Amino acid sequence: MSLITTASQTVGPYVMIGFLPLAVDAIAPKDAAGERVTIHGRVVDGEGKLVTDSVIEIWQADAEGRYAHPEGAKGQPAAFRGFGRILTDGKGEFRFSTVKPGRVPGPEGKLQAPHLVVTVFMRGLLKHLLTRIYFPGESANSDDPVLNLVPADRRGTLIATVAAGSKSTLEWNVIVQGKNETVFFDF
Amino acid sequence: MSNITGYRRPYYDTQPPYLYPGYRSTVKRSPRQPLVLLPHTLSEVTGPVFGRDDVGPHDNDLTARHDGAPLGERIVVSGRVLDENSKPVAHALVELWQANASGRYAHDIDDHDAPLDPNFTGAGRVLTDANGFYSFRTIKPGAYPWRNHYNAWRPAHLHFSLFGLGLVQRLVTQMYFPGDPLLAYDPMYNSVPDARARERLVSTFDWERTIPDIALAYRFDIVLRGRDETPMETSRA
Repeated sequence: MSLITTASQTVGPYVMIGFLPLAVDAIAPKDAAGERVTIHGRVVDGEGKLVTDSVIEIWQADAEGRYAHPEGAKGQPAAFRGFGRILTDGKGEFRFSTVKPGRVPGPEGKLQAPHLVVTVFMRGLLKHLLTRIYFPGESANSDDPVLNLVPADRRGTLIATVAAGSKSTLEWNVIVQGKNETVFFDF
Repeated sequence: MSNITGYRRPYYDTQPPYLYPGYRSTVKRSPRQPLVLLPHTLSEVTGPVFGRDDVGPHDNDLTARHDGAPLGERIVVSGRVLDENSKPVAHALVELWQANASGRYAHDIDDHDAPLDPNFTGAGRVLTDANGFYSFRTIKPGAYPWRNHYNAWRPAHLHFSLFGLGLVQRLVTQMYFPGDPLLAYDPMYNSVPDARARERLVSTFDWERTIPDIALAYRFDIVLRGRDETPMETSRA
């Protein structure tokens, strides 16, 4: 017999009061090894409205595929914590900078393609959403054990696109509902 | 490296659905496409680790963040963070935010016609100790109206955010107060189908931790998901 897990409740409209003190939009320090990227995007609701009161949290490995966690360090400490927390602004937009993570182990001994895990919070979500950002032009994407669980016609919602004008700037959006709805996971 | 012990999935009806029309904002802010069942990989069983650098020694006292004392009834809110297997979750980051004693948040977008309190911001954080115990000192928040339906009032509540050891233990919830007559009418509280799971969100009066002449006390234990007992099958021949 086990205890009942505490139920989730929405963060509500005033989440910034609680989340702003530990907000982080520069995930990797300037001297961290790896390919630097800036990722920006928008959060959009089912009416096509921009969501100005949401928060996304990022969890990622360093460029060597090490998580800063007792189970994820491969014998050597990760180069940085790998945590980001970004509040959408008055236009429903978010932006953060980091380095592209290395590959981490997946099911059945396979490596996963480089990815960021994304948690989404907002008023109107009774429990948070979980999704992932993958990288464009990454050959490992076609063998990724998680991407391959996603219906092929929706897989693109998890892959960032190269923003016009800069190779190191990527765009990735959270479409909560409707046309091109982002793939969210049951975790 | 391929054998990852995942976390247990929530029991039926113990978590709210994404779409709960009684809480109107869920209608346009819930996914319509089916969720994709995610096996727990290293990316989900790990998660950010927080430490002393993230939390100041007085960050758990919301009554001592300004020059003066905030208005309202001082309370101690404490409890243990456990997992489903009754194992304490040590060094978990617990964040708290809330309205002031008159039911007003210290934020521009809150236009409720109730006074702000210059001595109350309403945010704090703390790490659990080795036994999973945490404690805050704050003031009891007021109930406040919201625009979900005619004459809608939120019961007094504290917002809690928790990071366990793995990302899939992440939890954001709300703590309510015992005997609050508004609970019966609150769509957020009632969005949790299972009655026992719902009642877990209501704190209990905690006589043992009251501070004579200073503060009343409430107990709020929090349960995060627990680890599966056996590693997931890694091949299905």
